[in-house]
Amino acid sequence: MRKLLLLVLVMITGVVFAGRLFYLQVYDTSFQKLSENNAIKIIYDYPQRGYIFDRNGKLLVSNQPSYDVMVIPRDLQPFDTLEFCGLLKMTKEDLVKSLEKARAYSPRLPSPVIPQLTKAEYAYLSEKMHKYKGFYIQKRSLRDYQIDHSANVLGYIAEADNKIIKENPYYQMGDLLGKQGVEMQYEEILRGVKGVKYIQKDRFNREIGPYKDGAFDTIPERGKDITLTIDGALQEYGERLMVNKRGGIVALEPATGEILALVAAPNYDPALLVGRERSKNFTKLWYDTISKPLFDRVLQGEYPPGSPFKALTALIGLQEGVIDTEETVYCNGGYRYGRGRILGCHAHRSPLAMQAGIANSCNAYFCTVYRRTIEKYPTPQQGIDTWRDHLLSFGLGDYMGYDLPSGRPGKIPSSRTYNAIYQYPTYKWYAPATISNAIGQGEVLLTPMQMVNFTAAIANRGWYYKPHIIKNISGVDTIPSAYTEKHMTTIDKEHFDPVIAGLFDVYNYGTASHLKVPGIEICGKTGTAENYTRVNGERMQLTDHSVFIAFAPKDDPKIAIAVFVENGYWGSRWAGRIASLMIEKYIKGDISRKDLESFILNGSLEEEYAKPYSGEPFKINQ
Amino acid sequence: MAAGRGFVRFDWVTIILYFALVGIGWINIYSASLDNSATAFFDLNQVYFKQLVWICLSIVLIIFILAIEAKFYERFSSIIYIISLASLLGLFIFGKNINGATSWYALGSFSIQPSEFAKAATALALGKYIGDMQTNIKEFKHQLRAFIIIALPALFIIPQPDPGSALVYVAFIFPMYREGLHFVYLLLGFFLGALFISTLAFGVVWVSVGILVITALIYFRNRKKRKTKAFQYIFVAALCMGFVFSVNYIFNNVFEQRHRDRFNIVLGKESDSKGIGYNTNQSEIAIGSGGWTGKGWTQGTQTKGNFVPEQQTDYIFSTVGEEWGFLGSMVVVILFVALIIRVLYLAERQKSQFSRVYGYSVGAILFLHFFVNIGMVTGLLPTVGIPLPFFSYGGSGLWGFTILLFILIRLDASNSHYA
Repeated sequence: MRKLLLLVLVMITGVVFAGRLFYLQVYDTSFQKLSENNAIKIIYDYPQRGYIFDRNGKLLVSNQPSYDVMVIPRDLQPFDTLEFCGLLKMTKEDLVKSLEKARAYSPRLPSPVIPQLTKAEYAYLSEKMHKYKGFYIQKRSLRDYQIDHSANVLGYIAEADNKIIKENPYYQMGDLLGKQGVEMQYEEILRGVKGVKYIQKDRFNREIGPYKDGAFDTIPERGKDITLTIDGALQEYGERLMVNKRGGIVALEPATGEILALVAAPNYDPALLVGRERSKNFTKLWYDTISKPLFDRVLQGEYPPGSPFKALTALIGLQEGVIDTEETVYCNGGYRYGRGRILGCHAHRSPLAMQAGIANSCNAYFCTVYRRTIEKYPTPQQGIDTWRDHLLSFGLGDYMGYDLPSGRPGKIPSSRTYNAIYQYPTYKWYAPATISNAIGQGEVLLTPMQMVNFTAAIANRGWYYKPHIIKNISGVDTIPSAYTEKHMTTIDKEHFDPVIAGLFDVYNYGTASHLKVPGIEICGKTGTAENYTRVNGERMQLTDHSVFIAFAPKDDPKIAIAVFVENGYWGSRWAGRIASLMIEKYIKGDISRKDLESFILNGSLEEEYAKPYSGEPFKINQ
Repeated sequence: MAAGRGFVRFDWVTIILYFALVGIGWINIYSASLDNSATAFFDLNQVYFKQLVWICLSIVLIIFILAIEAKFYERFSSIIYIISLASLLGLFIFGKNINGATSWYALGSFSIQPSEFAKAATALALGKYIGDMQTNIKEFKHQLRAFIIIALPALFIIPQPDPGSALVYVAFIFPMYREGLHFVYLLLGFFLGALFISTLAFGVVWVSVGILVITALIYFRNRKKRKTKAFQYIFVAALCMGFVFSVNYIFNNVFEQRHRDRFNIVLGKESDSKGIGYNTNQSEIAIGSGGWTGKGWTQGTQTKGNFVPEQQTDYIFSTVGEEWGFLGSMVVVILFVALIIRVLYLAERQKSQFSRVYGYSVGAILFLHFFVNIGMVTGLLPTVGIPLPFFSYGGSGLWGFTILLFILIRLDASNSHYA
């Protein structure tokens, strides 16, 4: 025992030290970061963000220098807060709050106190900053907008939040990155790579030279410029037409899938989200939950497409061989199915074959075609799924894979959808239960972007490229291969001509005959979509959405367009007019029909939008 | 000494461990002291070069120690002890003040710290005294004399002031225990230490209450037995509380503020990393940043930035931790444990009591240094300024430990003749 005591103590000590060292060096990794931060100062050099041009080479977005007042909390020394707040035009409470936030993030890493000072403010401040130890000014580059439109396309840049910093080690507190739109989608191309210098410090926080002789230092790499497929002039015109209306316009070049215009209304001036007023403005936009200016209706709005969908019903009917272009269908004020149920139709001559059916938008005709398509197969399940596969080949029913970061999949119902609704196999269901799909109501939902895509596929007679907004990246000179790959629809080429002839007749004598543009052969289709909302939990029907799709010219189409005006009533009332103006603007460059133009520019639907919130009973479809 | 036979008899395991530790130590001193002012490797102003000179000279010293007859050490131990005490006393007149402590003699550009040599002298004297046929360590009279031998150098060192070096003399309780000192002394020491720490940690009031409650419980449990007298319990309790109150008094009125601070940090009462806990905190950061394999030799950012004070001396282990990581640190810990175990093994196989006591003293001193120093550097113990044997920068320290160890090797080599 006497021999062993010291021996045992030595061994216990060895084991305790091994445990302690394991804890410090291996288990608790917080020391590893702490160390990098207190012995090494890191200085960042932020490169210029890439410029953004429109398809005609017009500069949309450039940069302006901006200056952030940054703080490293552990380097702070007592200072005259009153004078400092006066200098930065901030209240003492705000200063205390931002210092607390900075300390909570990290006492050793810089955090912004006041972001985005202008050059004039910087010039004034820079002489005085040396008095305040722990504060310094970081130069960054901020967006300078040459235009006051396209905010939904461009997106905006903002400070990285904690979540992003945790996920992506490239970003630090105060770093800017693209949120929404092109800025987000092409963030890595636009931002470039920031340069970094490591400086070894001693315990007095003095810099004693470059760390490892600058072996790890890098120089900043400028962001690449990008060119968008957007036509700046068309985009601006579209936004002007949509003032005081809600909805969207999206226009493609059918031959390439390039997005010519992507208008979401209401919109805002992108310059609002730059500079010291940024957060105030953003809050204002964010909390406008009624008109939702930050909600991109073109990409995120899912609407019943209404009558334009009939063109697809016709194409599928032809492909499935359940109807030909000659057969006529009687319409006696609607389509009758089941026990005395009727899907109503408006007054037109009858019976009609396909071309006239499209031009007159006859509900009975398309219900017939749709029902035959479904009933061609032994079970309605098989029928629906076949019908669905055709629609999916037009890029519907899923995220489309375009190069913008927001979107919705829309909805094309499948057999599973109806099995669930009708509790199959306990209860059975048949084609008539789904009959509203024939005319683009029912379970079908599309985003305006999906509507323009099927329009482009029809214009191309059976194929499309994925819609995209990137035209060129300077220095790379290619675009992602996803956008140069042709997608074929399941409909044979010869079936498109009769449908296109019908769409052409819509302008010749049909529902949009008063919207002809002299000298341009336009094909289009009106739509009037029923819709409902909930106000204070009460379901109520609102004035129909005004929908329109079109492409022009009929042969060798240059533009395909979808227009959606919320609660605009019938299709040609707002959407059709806007579409015809946009087509004329794009193809001819100027507008011959000034009366029509000024009617749209001055027209407002704000009264209509206020109705459900007025608290009083109101009438729709006036 | 017959060179050929004796040469083989030297315990080569210990010698190899010694050179391994000295070598690794120098490599780390080089890294810790490296700065941009060095113009050439052979620059006598550079700490690492000075240490290299000391290492070379200690080889000469080793040859000397091993060349001397083993009997010399026992025969002259009293004289060596007296000379050592005299050198400590002489500091009060001729001493040179470095960093607030008058612990050095100045010899040209070098300084010598006699307290580093006093350990070996005390170990020899204690061995001689206990090894004497007439000494019985179980008798109180002899225990008292042995304690005086140990306490004298410590008492001379404390007022320099160098409480860290004085603390080392606690180690001598282990050889005394090995030779028959009653276990109660160890227990008592441990008990008083625990009372001391808990008084600081929980305050006088709570500890007093605790003492009263525990004494009362033991009393009520034992009172039915014969011989149980209440006044004995009251007496013991009063002694304990007297101790507690005196600890409180000493801590608040005799200790200097820096001593109080050091205890408070380790007890978790204060944790201001910029102020008084700075040393330990920086040392933990440096060690912790090493990870599994460290940042590589001379690549430690904390070492380069001189964040850890006293890094070449007392905190040299933090350089090992930062630059060599967990694996390197473990190599050093294992080398030390191996060396101490080997020394204890050598001590046990000595046939004379003198050699055994001496060997045990060597093991105990090395252990105490190892325990206190690495405990401090890794933040387990309060900051007590004592060096890591063979590692820390300093000629006196290196020579002191070299002499301590190699006298044992010399004694061991003559073991069989000596019986």
